[in-house]
Amino acid sequence: MAARISDKAAIVGIGATEFSKDSGRSELALAAEAVKKALDDAGLKPADVDGMVTFTIDQNEEVDVARAVGCGDLKLYSRVPYGGGAATGTLLQAAMAVATGVAETVVCYRALNGRSGQRYSSGVSGNLITGSAIHYSWYMPFGLLTPASWVAMFTQRYMHLTGCSRDALFEVAQATRAYAVNNPAAFFYQRPFTREEYDTAKKICEPLRLYDCCQESDGGCAVVVTTPERAKHLKQPGVLIRGVAQCAARGQEEMTSFYREEIARIPEMDLAADEAYAQCGLSAKDIDAAVIYDAFTPIVLWQLESWGFCKYGEAADFVKDGNLRPGGRLPTNTHGGQLSEAYIHGVNGIVEAVRLVRGTSVNQPNKPVAHALVTSGVGVPTGGAILGRMG
Amino acid sequence: MTPEETRDFEAKIRAYVGREVGAPTRGKDDVNPAMIRHWTEVTGDESPVYCDQAFAAKSSKGGIIAPPTMLQIWSMEGYAMCQRPEMDLQRELHKIFDAHGFVGVLGTNTSTDFYRDLRPGDQVTAHTVIDNISERKTTARGVGYFIETVTKFTDQHGADVGRQVFRVLKFMPNAETAEAKASTAGAADKPAPPTRIQAPRGHDNAWWWEAIDQGKLMIQRCKGCGTLRHPPRPMCGDCNSTEWDAIESSLEGEVYSFTELHYPKFPGYPYPLLCAVVQLREGTRLIANLAGCEPEQVFIGMKVRGKVERVDDKTVLPNFYPA
Repeated sequence: MAARISDKAAIVGIGATEFSKDSGRSELALAAEAVKKALDDAGLKPADVDGMVTFTIDQNEEVDVARAVGCGDLKLYSRVPYGGGAATGTLLQAAMAVATGVAETVVCYRALNGRSGQRYSSGVSGNLITGSAIHYSWYMPFGLLTPASWVAMFTQRYMHLTGCSRDALFEVAQATRAYAVNNPAAFFYQRPFTREEYDTAKKICEPLRLYDCCQESDGGCAVVVTTPERAKHLKQPGVLIRGVAQCAARGQEEMTSFYREEIARIPEMDLAADEAYAQCGLSAKDIDAAVIYDAFTPIVLWQLESWGFCKYGEAADFVKDGNLRPGGRLPTNTHGGQLSEAYIHGVNGIVEAVRLVRGTSVNQPNKPVAHALVTSGVGVPTGGAILGRMG
Repeated sequence: MTPEETRDFEAKIRAYVGREVGAPTRGKDDVNPAMIRHWTEVTGDESPVYCDQAFAAKSSKGGIIAPPTMLQIWSMEGYAMCQRPEMDLQRELHKIFDAHGFVGVLGTNTSTDFYRDLRPGDQVTAHTVIDNISERKTTARGVGYFIETVTKFTDQHGADVGRQVFRVLKFMPNAETAEAKASTAGAADKPAPPTRIQAPRGHDNAWWWEAIDQGKLMIQRCKGCGTLRHPPRPMCGDCNSTEWDAIESSLEGEVYSFTELHYPKFPGYPYPLLCAVVQLREGTRLIANLAGCEPEQVFIGMKVRGKVERVDDKTVLPNFYPA
């Protein structure tokens, strides 16, 4: 049976810093700014906050952010593990707290100097970011050290099994870039690109080249979650959390689930989709637009299949038919995604999903968005959330 | 350097960012056919549009042009720079680096934009700015900073004709660093070549790596239900037994998936480096490198045979070769 959490909490505020390659300030400064902006957006005061949630890999302690922003007493502080897999998991923590009365107003935040500070592309050598050293012992001596290398291994097999070609990966990259071109906050604002640039860019790990990989960015994002009752009296129209799930599946490892029956699949995301849909009684046909975690181009394809927009092995054709584009079936990553806006570990995606439901995206689809999907990182335990308008 | 010294040093060098290295440098010679001819002879570029007046006149260029890559040449200091180099801000900055032990210099990369063709008679002036100094970086050559200069080239009308970004690494050569000194003290003066990152060994995996050191690839086996498992774990997920032994693998298998690793390149690893998920005949999989084949020869389903072998001074690994 699905969790009874649908419509028990609403997102009422969103905030983001600028995104850059060198913020010139501390991660705490970024977190504080993002949180304050989200509270201002909601019309709430720092003293209204009684809960804070972030990622285990975030370097900003909840109490440090609370003190910096001037929040008062906290009744909830909680963290979600597994890198970008935590993104929508923060919403689940917040929604559970709000639904049960553990807290009334919870801020979910993530801030990082992902380019000027610790870069994830620099791999797990020496300076482990997460997970145990023993886990990575099975990969480090062989040189399989970076997120791109792990994802490449799944991608190669997926392409082998389904016949997916680089045409589909290019379409994912090109579609998000086309959105970013219109988004002043995006790294690739006003910078479109061609197939030739894509095909001749630096090779990373076969079959991935540079533009199959997301940005590395400095920046922070935050959202404010509270009860639907309180949401009715705030500055912005509330955005309901219709469904939200986080899941790890059998045989799961952190980024290296190479030992399952079939590795060209993401069963943890299948589980999250089933659970989130079941919570609210919705299905893929009800989703009008999406923010699909795009650390790498191929992972968007697998998630389209998990969330039922097409069948297994059909995502390449689905995207090549233009379905991610403004006029397509599922306008996706309308902010430019992490490939082209910024890599804030999926929380900039939650912010964009809220904008889509509010109707305020810079690339707002030319149709009413009753429901938007937003997902978390792939290859790790993951999740997703379905956001919708308040009745 | 103490943290205070580092802070002072960084404040000193950062004060240079954004400054012009000196007055704009007007080229000593205007763009001229003789220098163009010397350049094309040396580089072996035989395109007639650079030297053949009649051909060039009929080409889309409508006359002789200078090879675009000569852009920087026109405003260079010339032979004088070997004798009495002018003390501009850039050299001043490098001297500060030198005085703090960052005596190494390495041109790392350059990129150039060309806005129009240069023709004989054009006068080129270079305007160079110290555009950026990176955070402190640890590189294979040693600890250092990347310095980026941007040069704008203008013509006799003051119009932009090109732009060049030039990046150098100013670094403390590795052998000079305290760590390197300590590790080589008393030993041969040549630093040891880098090795692969060693697998951390703990309760649940050390036995497996010790077997590898002995030349054996082992597979953990549950004593309760006989299930094979890799990577090793302390409990059987099927029957919950914590008793286990291990069998030695036949080292026969096939490629289940693979990737060729291009970037970033880590010190101690040979590139091109092929990495595969290998499906062993026994039924378990493991990550290992492929050897004895070219990247384009590898395919999913390719039969392979493993060999446990020493790959560097510290590392023994299973490598898989085409069977």
